[in-house]
Amino acid sequence: MKQQDIQLDSQGRLRHFLTIEGLKRNILTDILDTAENFSTVGTRNVKKVPLLRGKTIANLFFEPSTRTRTTFELAAKRLSADVLNINISTSSTTKGESLLDMLRNLEAMHCDMFVVRHNASGAAHFFAKHVAPHISVINGGDGSHAHPTQAMLDMFTIRRHKQDFTKLTVAIVGDILHSRVARSQIHALTTLGVPEVRVIGPQTLIPKDAAGLGVHVYHDMKEGIRDADVVIMLRLQRERMQGALLPSANEYYRTYGLSPSKLRLAKPDAIVMHPGPINRGVEIASSVADGPQSVILEQVTNGIAIRMAVMSMVLGRGPEEEAEE
Amino acid sequence: MRIHIQNGLLIDPAHQIEDIHDLYINDGQIVSIGKAPDGFQADQVIDAAEKMIFPGLVDLQTRLREPGLEYKATIASETRAAAAGGITTVCLPPDTSPILDTPAVIELIHRRNEAAGCAEILTIGALTKGLAGEEISEMYELKRAGCVGVTNARAPIANTRVMRRAMEYAANYDLTIFLHADDHSLSEGGCAHEGVISTRLGLAAIPEAAETMAVARLLMLVEQTGVRAHFCQLSSAKSVQMIHRAQYDGLPVTADVALHHLYLTDMDIGYFDSNCHVIPPLRGQRDKSGLRDGLLNGTLHAICSDHQPHEPDAKLAPFCESEPGMSTIDTLLPLALRLADETDLSTPDIISLLSFQPARILGLDIGHLGIGARADLCIFDPEARWTVTPDTLLSQGKNSPFMDWEIKGQVVQTLLAGKTVFKR
Amino acid sequence: MPENINVHALLEGMTAALRRRLQEDGIDDPLMIGIQTGGVWVAEALHDKLQLQQPLGKLNISFYRDDFTRIGMHPQVQPSSLPFDVNDRHIILVDDVLHTGRTIRAALNEIFDYGRPASVILAALVVRSGRELPICADIVGEELQLSDRQHVKLTGPDPLKLAIQESK
Repeated sequence: MKQQDIQLDSQGRLRHFLTIEGLKRNILTDILDTAENFSTVGTRNVKKVPLLRGKTIANLFFEPSTRTRTTFELAAKRLSADVLNINISTSSTTKGESLLDMLRNLEAMHCDMFVVRHNASGAAHFFAKHVAPHISVINGGDGSHAHPTQAMLDMFTIRRHKQDFTKLTVAIVGDILHSRVARSQIHALTTLGVPEVRVIGPQTLIPKDAAGLGVHVYHDMKEGIRDADVVIMLRLQRERMQGALLPSANEYYRTYGLSPSKLRLAKPDAIVMHPGPINRGVEIASSVADGPQSVILEQVTNGIAIRMAVMSMVLGRGPEEEAEE
Repeated sequence: MRIHIQNGLLIDPAHQIEDIHDLYINDGQIVSIGKAPDGFQADQVIDAAEKMIFPGLVDLQTRLREPGLEYKATIASETRAAAAGGITTVCLPPDTSPILDTPAVIELIHRRNEAAGCAEILTIGALTKGLAGEEISEMYELKRAGCVGVTNARAPIANTRVMRRAMEYAANYDLTIFLHADDHSLSEGGCAHEGVISTRLGLAAIPEAAETMAVARLLMLVEQTGVRAHFCQLSSAKSVQMIHRAQYDGLPVTADVALHHLYLTDMDIGYFDSNCHVIPPLRGQRDKSGLRDGLLNGTLHAICSDHQPHEPDAKLAPFCESEPGMSTIDTLLPLALRLADETDLSTPDIISLLSFQPARILGLDIGHLGIGARADLCIFDPEARWTVTPDTLLSQGKNSPFMDWEIKGQVVQTLLAGKTVFKR
Repeated sequence: MPENINVHALLEGMTAALRRRLQEDGIDDPLMIGIQTGGVWVAEALHDKLQLQQPLGKLNISFYRDDFTRIGMHPQVQPSSLPFDVNDRHIILVDDVLHTGRTIRAALNEIFDYGRPASVILAALVVRSGRELPICADIVGEELQLSDRQHVKLTGPDPLKLAIQESK
């Protein structure tokens, strides 16, 4: 069944930002270029531009996340928007009409944008389908489905270090099965023309038909990381460290953790990334996380510029006309 | 009451009839086909020129939502929708509230249907008390109260010993056991077929093995206990092959498929369309073809609606958090007939899969138009065209995965025991 | 209506006027900031002719536009770069065309987000009719009376050319 992509408006511009999947390369590079412009704002005397003055952005977090919420909030505030943080505990999770009632209430407060984070895959699409037409939805992470702003900040970080996407080998290591970050990264990397995207992990943490996403699957870390330009480590949720998926955090670290010796198999100038928060000694050795090849803190900084870019692109659509003066 | 139905194209697979014949009904029974019985004076003449006449359909699984979930649908609303879809007999699985594990609940349903119903309701009793999968139910009492079989529906029976004992006990009373093949430990928490789509959308997946593992286990127990067993709503091509193999080896098991599995695959989920959230899940293209093949080679004996009406709220949630199930009773007949265009099945084959064959699985003398049979039939206009919209669906549940589909063919009149229960 | 405006001559005139003005005001080490994209070209020329010590600043005012929600983002424009501290400095702000005054309003807002300058002098290659805000240029290359349907456009950077277009 062919569906109109609900995240684009009639002119093909971003109306919502729900997933990377299906977006054309030029939209992704526009996001990166716009973010480049915003990246200097944080270094100025007044760390604010008046672009979204008078706009109201509601952060709807159904899942706790201090860092993502903070960077969205900071991004919105640097654009001079008013920000509403609404944490909805999953225990009291509202469903059906009551959920829509909540949306209607926020709409009645004249919100212009919802940033939604939810533990169910498809939640952002669900909200986008049901909001009033003047409201935009940005996916702040939905279940195991997508985390598009995280993927874009990762692309931004990669581009700053590697320039040309079409010559790269990128390895994504860890729990691909449950990772919305990995899914969005894979779509972003393949759309931007990365010829070799690898996913590395034990069979229990790689989804069936992962190859259908356009990646090469490796179960042996040493093989998969060889000659990589970019190594992305994924966070392993604590509840998955033991049980039927993995025997123990120790064994995971020995087989799939990024140690200095394993990193030596990648290209000498390879960069190491991690969406955070890091489990030191589980996914990655402290010496690697804090080492010269790590760009993990840059990722955090870049997250603000990317979110400013997405928010301003989505809220700043308008009829195509030449800027005049 | 004497009824004369004229000029209709009669399709009665049980008697290999596919021709224009007049049909005569007296006192709720079919009394003659072709020629009027001597001295027959019709009280009512129905002109069925350009129309088809089918035996009333027998649906092996229909959720009416009453008792217990009347906010979703009621016996009145759903039997009326059934009648409008040409269905004269529906089988109600026991997962109502309260659960169908005592004669009292069954009597309640029949009493309510007498007042409001437009279709015959057959009940399938609970296999274990409260469907809890621990203690076997009072099957003798259930049979006496009218249950046509027993099932645990989709509630798991984790303990294989309990399953074995339940089968033995059902065999003891010659009750057909209706099996929903599901290895709960593999399917729990899942909401979509494990494959490219679940991988792309990050949906918790239900592997094919959740069904095939259970089919294998149940086949072994059926063989050992000798119970008459029917597999409900198979969803994977592999399961069909396994059933086919068992039948070839002489095990008299039967099986059905839900109509939506013959038309939809996991691709139809698109971007999280909760109307495509159903259990067992919509599977891949290969499964869809395998299920169609199963109808052609006789492995599958019936097509059912697996109708599950919901109130709008149930589907207003992210995909996995929405309630599974589709409202399908209105579209069962016309969509099933479309298989004649898409497969080698003929119209009589399809009608048989919807009426005579399910009746045989139930061991009942319905689903055909023989002399002396109860006059359950529907008159169908094969050229009528309509579109699936919330307004054209008579079911109270508007959660159809076929919304906006253009449909060819529509029931214009339905008779249950000679009484018109629906007329368009 | 001048068909061929000699940009070179205008720049010479502006340079002379700027020299006089700086002398009158006793400013010896001003900062120069051009507004992307045409203003930067003009500023580069003036910066060269005046032989200023400090590097040239560039301003991308898209984040400060009041018509942002109507015209959207233009990500290809270079970001702002002010490679100096503006606090207590004398600034020459340069643009190619002064029309409604809204660009200058946005530029001043942005400069003030970097700090508090001692003074700002506005230099524009062309000052045309159509002001919507109380803003006027201190240093003017050429003054033009144009109708609403006429547009001045500077192309460049080499050679710099002014063209007047008529819209339907």
